[in-house]
Amino acid sequence: MNSPTANKHLETTADGQLKHFLSTSNHSRENLTRILELADSFISFGKREIKKVPLLRGKTVVNLFFEPSTRTRTTFEIAAKRLSADVINLNASRMSTTKGESILDTVYTLEAMHVDLFVVRDGASGTAELIARHLPDDVRVINAGDGRHAHPTQAMLDMFTIRHYKGAFENLKIAIVGDILHSRVARSQIHALRILGVKDIRVIGPKTLIPTKIESMGVVPYYDMDKGLDGVDAILMLRLQHERMEGQQIPSQQEYFYRFGLTSRRVALAASDAIVMHPGPINRGLEISSRVADGPQSVILPQVTNGIAVRMAIMSLLMGGQNSMGGKK
Amino acid sequence: MLKHSDIISLIDSMVLALRKRDGIEDSLIIGIHSGGAWIAERLHHLLENPHSIGMLDISFYRDDFTQIGLNPQVKSSDLPESIEGQNIILVDDVLHTGRTIRAAMNELFDYGRPNSICLAVLLDREGRQLPIQADICGMNIHLAPHQQVKLSYVDNEFELKNISTKPSDT
Repeated sequence: MNSPTANKHLETTADGQLKHFLSTSNHSRENLTRILELADSFISFGKREIKKVPLLRGKTVVNLFFEPSTRTRTTFEIAAKRLSADVINLNASRMSTTKGESILDTVYTLEAMHVDLFVVRDGASGTAELIARHLPDDVRVINAGDGRHAHPTQAMLDMFTIRHYKGAFENLKIAIVGDILHSRVARSQIHALRILGVKDIRVIGPKTLIPTKIESMGVVPYYDMDKGLDGVDAILMLRLQHERMEGQQIPSQQEYFYRFGLTSRRVALAASDAIVMHPGPINRGLEISSRVADGPQSVILPQVTNGIAVRMAIMSLLMGGQNSMGGKK
Repeated sequence: MLKHSDIISLIDSMVLALRKRDGIEDSLIIGIHSGGAWIAERLHHLLENPHSIGMLDISFYRDDFTQIGLNPQVKSSDLPESIEGQNIILVDDVLHTGRTIRAAMNELFDYGRPNSICLAVLLDREGRQLPIQADICGMNIHLAPHQQVKLSYVDNEFELKNISTKPSDT
């Protein structure tokens, strides 16, 4: 796997607390669990009439997106605003970088305006890490997706959703289906599932879209979807970027749906109470049928709701909410 | 330091004091999680209050969360009735710096505009950092600045425990 070598010392403080959130792989089970538990506390706030809490009042959060995104950027923006932070959205691909300014110069300029937290998305792997390495010690960075490397907040909202519906992780069987090769979501999901104690992780897809030696990540590849889904507790679908791969990695959309599309017949091969997840946006009729996407086992929309609570939890932990007293006073 | 029977009689004295207040029959009783919750429940029962009891968890409203951290399991606040225009009895176990009460009032105002807030606490100790006083108080106690007390309610028994750290630890 061609992942950048982000190191633990960058992402955590000397005493093991969360500092930056750039990956799921560099965090302890304890810290990942802490995010899930705190996110649970934020869930109820979304149902209140006044959804804001004053936790990050006076803090400035910059959503620095070098790659277009609506859904992820919106949930980060809502999460920060519900914590009372001031949020600035910069779609940098349309701004200074096109004038030849380097990413770091853009970040230094923003840092001079006393930004407290950067949320970074880029098409290149390692951008969030690069930025984290060059900022002062009191500025925090969250990776909102970097190239093929990682999308750790998506993976954590998936973990939250699994935990919410299925409880303890240890004995679960989880299948990840689709384009594993290009997917930063899949990579972050696999690391998080492993750290949280899931032993049976399966990746399902055509041989052209599953990296060789994927077994070294602690997962089992299945090239036959029906076999891979047998008895699983959760089916994690991935979005197929079909516009980029037709004729090369997949023969045709119809052929792909026939072999790897999630249909009601295939959902029935999983455990009877299995949940169906998808990070969105979904390609109906390509990787998932409408009947499944809108069906009783689909938790695709709850995933979106959970994403706000999980991002609120990560932001408030990075911004000081993890002193050893754990809130006891 | 305080046994179950001591705490019960302190709450009884709070009930007597509360009954002397105007409009007490129609007030909303709201406890602050966790120490204030049990006292609020007992007051609610003894005063035969007709409204549903409310609970506040003020963790997300603290001004000192970067110093003491966030409790990973914050309970959700539960205010079943509208507080708009109501007279509120806000209940906590120990009044110390006043920061908890400040946070609780901030949270309450996110739900509406109460007509009045009366603060009822079991114990009042010195060490106030904000201009906040109790209207009703079971007992005044003297504790050294480093000492901490915590009310617990286990097996239907109240207990007030000293959970102080040594002065050298603080």
